[in-house]
Amino acid sequence: MKLMKEFTKGFIKENPVFVMALGLCPTLAVTTSVENAIGMGFAATFVLVFSNIFISLIKNFIPAKVRIPAYIVVIASFVTIIDMVMHAFVPALHKNLGLFIPLIVVNCIILGRAEAFAGKNNVIRSIFDGLGMGIGFTIAIIVIGAIREILGAGQLLGFDVLPQTYKPVLVAILAPGAFLVMGLLMGLMNLKKK
Amino acid sequence: MEFVSKIFAMAIVAIFVQNFVLMRFLGLCPYIGVSKKLDSALGMGMAVIFVMTMASTFTWLIQSYLLVPLKLEFLQTIAFILTIASLVQLVEIIIQKTAPALYKALGMFLPLITTNCAVLGVAILNINEEYSFIEAILNGFFAGLGFTLVLILMAGIREKLDKSEIPASMKGMPIAMIVAGCMALAFLGFSGLKI
Repeated sequence: MKLMKEFTKGFIKENPVFVMALGLCPTLAVTTSVENAIGMGFAATFVLVFSNIFISLIKNFIPAKVRIPAYIVVIASFVTIIDMVMHAFVPALHKNLGLFIPLIVVNCIILGRAEAFAGKNNVIRSIFDGLGMGIGFTIAIIVIGAIREILGAGQLLGFDVLPQTYKPVLVAILAPGAFLVMGLLMGLMNLKKK
Repeated sequence: MEFVSKIFAMAIVAIFVQNFVLMRFLGLCPYIGVSKKLDSALGMGMAVIFVMTMASTFTWLIQSYLLVPLKLEFLQTIAFILTIASLVQLVEIIIQKTAPALYKALGMFLPLITTNCAVLGVAILNINEEYSFIEAILNGFFAGLGFTLVLILMAGIREKLDKSEIPASMKGMPIAMIVAGCMALAFLGFSGLKI
């Protein structure tokens, strides 16, 4: 029962993007389409789960003073793995996400979970925490990606969803659109909370 | 002369056309987090310019003289983040010993910079764009300058914003995002520049 709570808290209550405002860079940069968002969400979830597992396993062997550099090395190793795997199997997506795959290393969500959760809890709970947070992050960027893709291109996952007469609001898939959509969504979340 | 004009074009691109924060979405956390007050924004900006220039220098050297000759390019991410982390630590120690006043001003921002994705971002971009050593250093410096520019602009706007009437649910982060969006719109105008 408790595990379930660790798993689901990342979806809405402690959503890393909307509630905690972590990992903003990839959130805004790769959400020009839903496809990119799914790819990024998957990559980040992979890194999150495996670095959580690994860190919770080795937490007793790391001196407290050097724990942050140690965490970063663990995270960087898994990022390198997913970087190579994506380069090999989904080259087009890898090219679209570009710089933001190696930059998962400095995504504050992952280091944040390592420091706040995996460094203090056992393996099983850390897996569920990582998985839940990863899914929460993925949901958030898919929502943003969907809004931007529908407004900016009239499409969803590459299929036309709006009538032909719809003139795409190009700004939504350009840089400013990311900030505006994100700001409005955060405002909406605040409104709902009250 | 050709070199000078190339450097000038690079500066314009890094500061305005492809601004790191507003166009490339790098370094957003400090951009939103440290832009509440003008003087702390200035401190953060200076620290970032310094670290980005240093990081560009060292990561370029490591890539060219260590990783490539040894065929260890796949270790790029790990090597770079470790370089940046130790660099930040080193800079912190040196500044603390030699310039206590500067340390007091930058102090709390320095550790934050390790996880600033703009620093790792500029290091990787330098390699991807195949810049020469001098170009890489300058690119790091200009990118830091671009970051500082928008950070200071943002801090100025947010200090004014504090006194204006905003719907309760939009206060804080949401309105900062909207302001950033408007700034990005303005910066989009630079993308018409032909360089």
